Order: sequence, then C-alpha cells, then structure tokens
Amino acid sequence: MATTSSSASSSRSLPRRAAIVGANRIPFARSNGAYARASNQDMLTAALDGLVARFGMAGEHVGEVVSGAVLKKSSDFNLTREAVLGSRLAAATPTYDVQQACGTSLQTTLLIANKIALGQIEVGIAAGVDTTSDAPIEVNEGLRSVLLAANRAKSTAGILKALSGLRPGQIVPEIPANREPRTGMSMGEHAAQTAAAWQISRRAQDEIAAASHQNLAKAYDRGFFDDLVTPYLGLTKDNNLRADSTVEGLAKLKPVFKPAGYPDTEATMTAANSTPLTDGAATVLLASDEWAAERGLPVLAHFVDAETSAVDYVHGGEGLLMAPAYAVPRMLERNGLTLQDFDFYEFHEAFASTILATFAAWEDPIFCKEKLGRDEPLGSIDRSKLNVVGSSLATGHPFAATGARIVPTLAKLLHEKGSGRGLISICAAGGQGVVAILEA
Amino acid sequence: MSNDWYSDFVNSSFGKSIAGSVGLPPVPRLRRYEPGQPLLSGPALLGTATADGRVAKVVRSLLTDLGIEVHDDPNAPVGGGSSSSKVAAGIVDATGLSGPMDLAEVQAFLTPVMRRIGPSGRVLVIGDVPAEAAAPAVRAARRALEGLVRSAAKEARYGATVNLVHVADGAENDVESTLRFFLSSRSAFVHGQRLDVGTVPGFSGSSQHVDWDKPLAGRTAVVTGASSGIGAAAAATLRRDGATVICVDVPASGDALARTANDIGGSALQLDITADHAADTLLEHARRHGGLDVVVHNAGITRDKLLANQDRDRWNSVIAVNLESQLKINDALLSSDVFHRGGRIVTVSSMAGIAGNRGQTSYGASKAGVIGMVDATAPLLVEKDATINAVAPGFIETDMTKAMPVGTREAGRRLSSMTQGGLPVDVAETIAWFAQGASYAVNGQFLRVDCQNYLGA
Repeated sequence: MATTSSSASSSRSLPRRAAIVGANRIPFARSNGAYARASNQDMLTAALDGLVARFGMAGEHVGEVVSGAVLKKSSDFNLTREAVLGSRLAAATPTYDVQQACGTSLQTTLLIANKIALGQIEVGIAAGVDTTSDAPIEVNEGLRSVLLAANRAKSTAGILKALSGLRPGQIVPEIPANREPRTGMSMGEHAAQTAAAWQISRRAQDEIAAASHQNLAKAYDRGFFDDLVTPYLGLTKDNNLRADSTVEGLAKLKPVFKPAGYPDTEATMTAANSTPLTDGAATVLLASDEWAAERGLPVLAHFVDAETSAVDYVHGGEGLLMAPAYAVPRMLERNGLTLQDFDFYEFHEAFASTILATFAAWEDPIFCKEKLGRDEPLGSIDRSKLNVVGSSLATGHPFAATGARIVPTLAKLLHEKGSGRGLISICAAGGQGVVAILEA
Repeated sequence: MSNDWYSDFVNSSFGKSIAGSVGLPPVPRLRRYEPGQPLLSGPALLGTATADGRVAKVVRSLLTDLGIEVHDDPNAPVGGGSSSSKVAAGIVDATGLSGPMDLAEVQAFLTPVMRRIGPSGRVLVIGDVPAEAAAPAVRAARRALEGLVRSAAKEARYGATVNLVHVADGAENDVESTLRFFLSSRSAFVHGQRLDVGTVPGFSGSSQHVDWDKPLAGRTAVVTGASSGIGAAAAATLRRDGATVICVDVPASGDALARTANDIGGSALQLDITADHAADTLLEHARRHGGLDVVVHNAGITRDKLLANQDRDRWNSVIAVNLESQLKINDALLSSDVFHRGGRIVTVSSMAGIAGNRGQTSYGASKAGVIGMVDATAPLLVEKDATINAVAPGFIETDMTKAMPVGTREAGRRLSSMTQGGLPVDVAETIAWFAQGASYAVNGQFLRVDCQNYLGA
C-alpha cells in the first residue's frame, strides 16, 4: 500500500467547507470544586449564553445545536434542547444529543460541519458538557427489578408479593465509575498497560505534563483565551492549571497503576500525568463562509476532514486508547498528506502516556507494517508544534467538552499564524477515537 | 424599593406625616425618561431678558411645534388655571446682556418662575459665552448668570432643576438636542450646572430628520466597563435610543458582561483596555458592524490609598486604566476610518477629578486628566465632524457605593441638592445625549451629573 503519496482523493469533493467562526467555553473546574452544584444543563446553558453574547446572537435562530454529555441523568434525555430553551438563542432552534465518550464534541463538530458542507444548514453550534460532581446516581439493579415488578403487578396482592422481594442491600445506589464494562479495568489500568507495552518512561510523561501546564499558563497570560472562555461561578481560568509545574517537581509524585501483566515494569502514571476528573462545558460556532461574511465575522479556520475509528481492546490485544493511531493514517491517506504536513498538533492528553504511545507506534516499523499495512512508518512529529497552548493535562477534561475545547483552540492558532494546517486527535472510552484536520 | 431606606421612609404616607412635623428633609421622587414621554408635562414660561436675545425664538418654535403651551409673562395664568398655577418649565433667554444692570430682568422673570415651577420642573437660563466678550461689564454680567443658577439650584424643590446653557455667537440654531436634553426628564439628576454649546469652532451637523424617540438609530457604539453599574446602564440606554452596542469589559468580568450584552442584543468583547493590542482588537471587532460611531470610555478602577502611603504600582495601574488607555484608543480612532465621520467620544470623569477626594489622589488625578484630554482632543475631532465630551458623576447608587460605610454613603446621598443619590441611568442619559448625532455642536464639554453634591463642590 502506498504510504503518503496519493493525491487528494475524490472523497474530498464536498460542496463547501464549514468555517469555524468562534467559540466559548466556561473554565474547566476540578471535580467537586467550583461547579459542584452546577448541573450539565446549567453549564451548557452558560457556555451557550457566552457564545451568544460574543457574537451578538441574542434571539437568533441557529440551524442546529448538537451537544452531549457522557455522565447524564435520565431526566436530561433532551439535554441540549433544554439548555437551548434556557439560553438566549431563539426557542425555535432545533437540537439533538450525541454521546461518544471523550470524542463526543469532536463528533458533534463533525456532524455540524457536515451539514454545513452539504448545504443543509448555514450555521450551527457544536458543544459538549460533563460533570463528575453532579453525577447521575441510579438505584441498585436489585431494587430496580423489584420496583418494576411491582409496577407490572395487576392486583394489590401482586404488588405486595413483588415488594416482598425488597432487601436492605438494595439501598446501595449505583454510582457511575470510570471503568470499562467489558474488562472491569479502569481507564488508568488500561493506559498503564499500553504505556508498559510501548515502554513509555515516567520522565517522558512528566515532560508532556509540565509542558501542558506551562503552555496553558503562557497562553492565558497573553490573552489567548480572552475570546474563547467566559468566567462562570467565580472561576476565570481552568482551576487545574499549575503554572509553576516543572519536570523536577512532578517527578516527586507517587506513581499509581502498576501495569497488570508486566511484572518487571514499574508504575509510571501519576496524578499529574493523568487527567483529573473535571466539570465544564464548551461550544463551537460553525457556519458557511457566506453566513460569516454577511455578519462581518472572521473565519478562523475550515473543517477539512475527520475520521472515527475503533480498536478491539477486549480480545484484539490493542490498547484501549490507541484508536487514533489507526484513524490518523487513514485520514492522511485520503487527503494525500503525511504526518509531518502540519503546523500544529492538538492531541487530547487523556494520559501523557497515551499520546506518547501513539507517537511510538507511528515511529515503529513493525506496528506500521503489521497493524497499519504500511511499508514505511509514519515517522515522528515536531514536538514543538504539539499542544502549544496546553491541553487536557492542564485544562482538565470534562469528557464530552474536550473536542469543543480543542477545535477552536486549533482554529485560533491557525488564524493567528495566518495560514496552515492542524491535526486533532482524541481517544475515547470503548476503544474509540476521533481525529480531524483543520486548515486556515 | 430602592436600597435608600430613608428615601423610602419619607416618601411613605406615615413617613410624610412625621417628616413634615419634625422637619426631616424631603427626598423628591424624580421624573425619569421613558420612551414616548412628552418633552414637558405641562405649560412653559419663556422670557427674554433683553431685546437682543438670540435664542428665545428657537426655543419658542421647538415648544410650539411640540404643541406645548408657552407664555411670555411669568405671571400669566396657565392651563385654564390661575397666575399661580404650576408650570413644567421656565426658560429665560439671557443673551445680549450689556452689563450687570440687565441682570434685574433675569431676576424679574425667574422670581415668579421659582414660585410656580412644578415637581421635576425645568428652569433653564440661556446666556452668552463669557469668554466671547471683551468688555469687562459685559463679561461680568454673562459670568454672573452662573452664580445665579448655581444658587437658585440650591433653592429649587420637588425635583425641579435649574441649569445654564451658554450658546456661542452664531450657534443659536444648533441647540435643539441640548434644549431637549435639559428640558426633558433625561436630565433628571443634572442640576445647578453649566454647559457651553458651539464653543469649539468649525462644527457642522444637522438636527433635521432626527427621530427623537430613537436618536441613535443605525449607530454602533462601544461601551467599556459595561458589565455593571454605569457602564451597563449606558449600554442599555444607548440601545434604547437605537444604537447597536458592543459591550467591553475585562475577561474576568465576562459572565456579567455576557448578561449585559444579551439583555440588549449587543455583543460582548472581553478585553483588557490597557493591553497593547486593545485599540486594534476594538476596531477589528467594530468592523463586524461596518464601523464605529460612538465610543464611551467608562471603564475605571480605584486603588485608594492616602498619598502618604501610595506606591508606584498601585498608582500606575489607576493611571493606565483610567487615563492612558483612553488616550491610546482615541489616537487609534482618530487615525482609523473604522471610526466614522460624525463620531462621538464620551468619557466618564468623576467629581473626584473636579473637587478631589481623600484617599483618591490617583483616581482624582486620572479623572481630572480625562478633562484635560477632552479639552485638547475636541478641536482635533472637528475635521471628522466628531466630538468628545465628559460626564462627571457624583454619588450614584451602584455596587461600589452600596459597599461604602453607612456614614459616608448617607452623606453622599443627602449632601446634594436633591437629598438623594443618582441612578446609573442618570449618567447614562447624559452619555446618550452627548452621543447623539444632533449634539454636533456640543464639544469639549464636561457635565456633572451630581445635583451639586457638596462632597464634590
């Protein structure tokens, strides 16, 4: 199979490209902190209202708002619609909800971008929100069975019989856990295995983490987020940010997640080189060039292409968070690009080891040959172009909001540079991944 | 209910009965502007002090065109009533004074006016500009009007205001927006003040074809410090008058800023106005709306310290926000075609910049500085048919004054000629009037919105 030389394929012949016009998010907050009492709907509404204010869209009708949350109460079945009705957008704005774990709001961006590209809408808002503080708590499965049986019963006697199945232990509720249902392992345990498989060092992970914090702090200082973030509930910046992070300082933290199946490998992952649980919401305004021009609004960048992939992490021997390693080469191929043809790389830092394992795989001739079917490895990237204004390790990672944080970040970087191309990569629970290309 | 418990009390029926018998000072309820409100709520008395009066006929045609009952004789029966019936306004054209002797004519007209002026009535004295007279007797008479007006203002009751407008020679047909402002309830908290019209030569503009209910229709305005207080009120008032408003505040106030912007269908721009790129960012944002017509420099900070305890950083931060940022933005406006011909710059000064305030050397310096900026910038704007003016608020009921110690707050409220604090909208009304295209002859002015606050005397 050819590696990189094919020209732009015919699949790129969409009628037009969607423009990223702007964005708004609320600062991300560490779990059970500043937003402990804010619901998904509260946060999404606030993020939408900030976007509406930034672009003077109060009362305006938008083609579509698409959003989602990973941790979602059943009463939030129409989360996005409820948020829009509570926002300053016109009530006639249609919505729907999407959930693809950590890939949610890159996927919602893709959905909006595609409808714009096809001319089905002129403007739309992609968004995502998550709270780990105001998490849904469900009744115990045993209690649920009893209550449903009682509900089905036709007579008083039947109801009483069903209720006789109640047991004290059923009072314990089900609280959502950061755990893969099919393996019973936490995401951290999975990531530790991948890090061990690719022999990712503790120091390399800490370097990624320290750079993320330092880059985010510098970006705040230069006002980079002035038109991307609106304060919420007293928070003006992501409160996970530690501007004084250094590799030496992070080296003192105690590692966790001893990798299962790698008896000779020490634990390398720490609270600093793994993302913390976080609350937050993010939105992106996408439109046709015409829509933006009519309003005198800037086009920060265009949405070029995207790819979604999944790996068999249950039986296939692949790492849980390695799907982007497969998605990116397919997308590059389709667009006639090499891994080196980018000015910025925005890689979601689920764990520092995740992106390092992905880079290692792309540099590895065996992986590229056996897993990707390539004669040559994809090669390495210029690390000075990676997450130049920080990423999830510093900002935090409200699962469904991360894509809608990254898309405008990259779009603005490209706009500042004047022209160029950027690559986005987000891994997601369930062995999935979403990747995308933006151009200015 | 306001947070002014004293005003609420003396205006209650029980409070009124007590206040009258024990001599508590009354707190008049001021008539404030609402869209569609008539210019005056009743008849007007219009006098002329000399045969050379230049302005009375302009005033008369304005009032009669609006269907307002006008009488020349200050003792005339009005509205089918008697010679003591209340009037909504008493206006005297005191231009053309030849010396102090002529002042008696002004007194003769105003004495009955002061007895007859109704609640929230308007007493307006119109004079010549003193500096335009070379002869000592003439200039003395012209200058005397200011002392008369400022004193009469301290005698007026029930929310009536007394103000003085100087009309430059040749500007008598350029006063309509000014007359409308001082006669209407837009000037509810402007009292005992003086304003000059037409004193910066070379102005041009027109009051023809103005929609006086939407005098800012089609104009785009920027308000800095718009997240709360006077800035938020200014944004809302400019919107009410028809403008599209860009609301600016520091990123840390962005949530309140977004609410202000969304409430009025404007846009929010989070921007530190002291940043090097501030002017560029502002102009770039304004391009969305096809350019900029009105800039309101309202953003300001206080870092109060006695001068004996002052330090450089604290000092510099106040000067940078309150003064230097405005100078830089004005420079950028002057050299950019984004700022339209006929543009308006309005800056917010303070009574602390006029009279000084203990602990506010830096704030007072910055707020006096903007008045100097207005003086020097006004002639530079003439070639763009633009203007710059300053408003100097006195004690205004905002979050800032709510946080004051009770004693200081009560003194701030009661020690004014209206025995109350103003509202943010009172300052906003003055800003919106300066911003009107029809205010083209009002340039290089500062107007206090403080009802003669004694703290700022």
